[in-house]
Amino acid sequence: MRKLALNDDILLNIEKPARYIGGEVNSVMKDKDEVDIRFAMCFPDVYEIGMSHLGIQILYDMFNRREDTWCERVYSPWLDLDKVMRMKKIPLFALESQDPVRDFDFLGITIQFEMCYTNILQILDLSHIPLHAADRTEADPIVIGGGPCAYNPEPLAEFFDIFYIGEGETVYDELLNTYKVWKKYGGSRQDFLRQAARIEGLYVPRFYDVTYNGDGTIAAFTSNDPCAPSKVRKQVVMDVTDTPYPMKPVVPYIKATQDRVVLEIQRGCIRGCRFCQAGMIYRPTRERSVETLKEYARTMLKNTGHEEISLSSLSSSDYSKLNELVTFLIKEFKDKGINISLPSLRIDAFSLDVMSKVQDIRKSSLTFAPEAGSQRMRDVINKGLTEEEILTGAGQAFEGGWTKVKLYFMLGLPTETEEDMKEIARLSDRVARRYYEIPKEDRHGKCQITASSSFFVPKPFTPFQWASMYPAEEYDRRAHLVNDEFREQLNRKSLKYNWHDAQGTVLEGVMARGDRRVGKVIEEAYRLGCLFDSWTEAFRYDLWMQAFDNTCVDIAFYNERVRGKDEIFPWDFIDIGVSRSFLRREWERAMNETVTPNCREKCSGCGAAGFGGGVCVEGKN
Amino acid sequence: MLKARIKFRKYGVLRFIGHLDVMRYFQKVMRRADIPIAFTGGYSPHMIMSFASPLGIGLESEGEYLDIELTEPVESREAVRRMNEAGVDGIEVVSLRQIAEEKKMTGMTILAAADYLIIPAVYAEQKDMRRMLPEDWQLRFRAFTGQDEIRVVKQTKRSEREVNLRPLIYHWEFRGDNIYMKLAAGSTENLKPDLVMDAFLKTILTDADEASCYFTYRRLEMYADVGEDGERKLVTLESLGEEI
Repeated sequence: MRKLALNDDILLNIEKPARYIGGEVNSVMKDKDEVDIRFAMCFPDVYEIGMSHLGIQILYDMFNRREDTWCERVYSPWLDLDKVMRMKKIPLFALESQDPVRDFDFLGITIQFEMCYTNILQILDLSHIPLHAADRTEADPIVIGGGPCAYNPEPLAEFFDIFYIGEGETVYDELLNTYKVWKKYGGSRQDFLRQAARIEGLYVPRFYDVTYNGDGTIAAFTSNDPCAPSKVRKQVVMDVTDTPYPMKPVVPYIKATQDRVVLEIQRGCIRGCRFCQAGMIYRPTRERSVETLKEYARTMLKNTGHEEISLSSLSSSDYSKLNELVTFLIKEFKDKGINISLPSLRIDAFSLDVMSKVQDIRKSSLTFAPEAGSQRMRDVINKGLTEEEILTGAGQAFEGGWTKVKLYFMLGLPTETEEDMKEIARLSDRVARRYYEIPKEDRHGKCQITASSSFFVPKPFTPFQWASMYPAEEYDRRAHLVNDEFREQLNRKSLKYNWHDAQGTVLEGVMARGDRRVGKVIEEAYRLGCLFDSWTEAFRYDLWMQAFDNTCVDIAFYNERVRGKDEIFPWDFIDIGVSRSFLRREWERAMNETVTPNCREKCSGCGAAGFGGGVCVEGKN
Repeated sequence: MLKARIKFRKYGVLRFIGHLDVMRYFQKVMRRADIPIAFTGGYSPHMIMSFASPLGIGLESEGEYLDIELTEPVESREAVRRMNEAGVDGIEVVSLRQIAEEKKMTGMTILAAADYLIIPAVYAEQKDMRRMLPEDWQLRFRAFTGQDEIRVVKQTKRSEREVNLRPLIYHWEFRGDNIYMKLAAGSTENLKPDLVMDAFLKTILTDADEASCYFTYRRLEMYADVGEDGERKLVTLESLGEEI
């Protein structure tokens, strides 16, 4: 039987001990003496969140298909266990073998959102791995980061040996093969990293130097070693049907946030919303074959025993075989008590028909993401959703029996005026009015319109990467202004408005577009005790502010400054295939309130066609 | 509709999985093993499945029970094999037997007693888990259970009340260094072994804050009472079913 890293005394006195014991259905056990490479794959958040992440399941499966590699999982110990591990000096361990992470060859960390940065330091610290890559020796694992935040890795540059830019299915094999040879001949850590830097898509921060201008902007970003190319090109899989996909995902004992089979139907998005990073970095849009997906659905449901299946993509309605796939899922699985969950659907007659078949209309709510209240603002962000479409969709839904609608908005968008803000409340009210147009005898009591807003954070590699942000107080003011406007509405009793907290937004802004100098703030915040910053019960804004003070890093420089057209951005050395000139063009079109057609309507020449696949070549073969 | 009772063991690291998660675990096992389990009607159907008695986190068990309904018969041996194949190390299905169809015969309703093995942590495998007990603790335990009344304050979510534990201890004996106990269980009277041991420790230790760490507990079996006229006659829940 496996021996656990934590004893009963500890496990019985912490919340959810099942987070730390491994041994779940479909988890992979190997003999550590029979493999050459041990890979610890980490999601730096609590188990239930990390276990819900598809990307890790894909890589876990892909690595474990290699006979010479054993990939195990690591998640952030929750605050209760964190305390115990520090006190008793217990090193962080991987779930499968329960062996210390420090004994592994690789520690891979997926970086999904900015608010997990202090958790990354926790993982390193609890593993007894030096926080700074420069202080590590041959005895330490190679620490490699990937995921969306790796598209601006600079705030974390000091803490990682390598960043993987792009989709994991492409060059990991090359990296692991290189490692195996290097390990056999016993070279220095520096030697290995040099070889890694030569692999396309891998960024090794130590081989680059940054210099700054007097005003704090970047003067130059240069390679300091012949192994390091001046540009790192994003890696992308062109045939998404023929890539490894986990047929036997690990099934947690405790309920994970995503407790279901997930079918990734496509990558990328044709829409081109100007605020959306995923819509740019995952270009071009590539669809997985519908026949393959049907097969996957059958196999994965059988192998996991899950009672729900969900489609995953940035915009499911744009999947060309959606109708066929959904019809198949309903026909095949509905009678077997399998729930079918369909997120990110555009609300129209088709999706309403489908949804009425798979969910309880009385209980479920419909979700629209207009993102902005006024048509002007929606044109600025290139959200191709008109008020007419929203009201028609909502009307059809109300007539079909739905009474609950959720509306998602952003506040603090570029060029936003008070009028734009107030339109959030007014649009919500017009949705409610549409409901009360239905004769009283045909409707079911009151409707419930819930509007939520988050504050917009400009992200690298989007047309809005040039946008300025505001101080926290200004965000609060805007939210209150919207809230007041809600109280003025005719149907205010049917309307509810929630908004996200502004303090986290400010931090997210600094991390998102920060440079290497932001690293010391993260480290200082961690030293002061910041951890699990995305959890309200753990978030310590006061400590973060103290960390900025202590390190003399100016928030306004990163958030509120107006960035010049030709300013060198920290992430400019990455080539995502979408050109900077396209992003700039889109920024200017935004300022002119001009919409840009989606990829299927008309190619806008973003540059992703250079990859030679996906939507860029649709109908051309 | 056919009713069946499943008996399973829970051991090793699986003792850290709570009751609700064991339920979820079995729901998924049923699907993986293709057991023709029946569902409730309605808009969101769920599997018809009921457990005789939830097992607390940290306990192992040799005899856990859940009752299910089948839409068609399955051969007992075949079903057990399939469930174990679809299962994990730490939960082992021991048997599946057909049981009476009356509603009042579910494991949960007829449960009357349970056996436990109580193992002193003196010899715990993990060194830092070992707890020393006074040398004469066994003698003192004999004296403790020899009392006519053992009064403790039992805390529930809403209230606390004083109960006499002694009549709920149906039988006990030393088995080597361990204690074996047969305790009342079920919806009317239910006694957990740690409550007995906590009460005992309070009589022999001055600082019994960590009472739960001095012993580990293993449930061994569960029983129904088939006796008549107030005469107790316990039979295992398993014995009330027949192989399919």
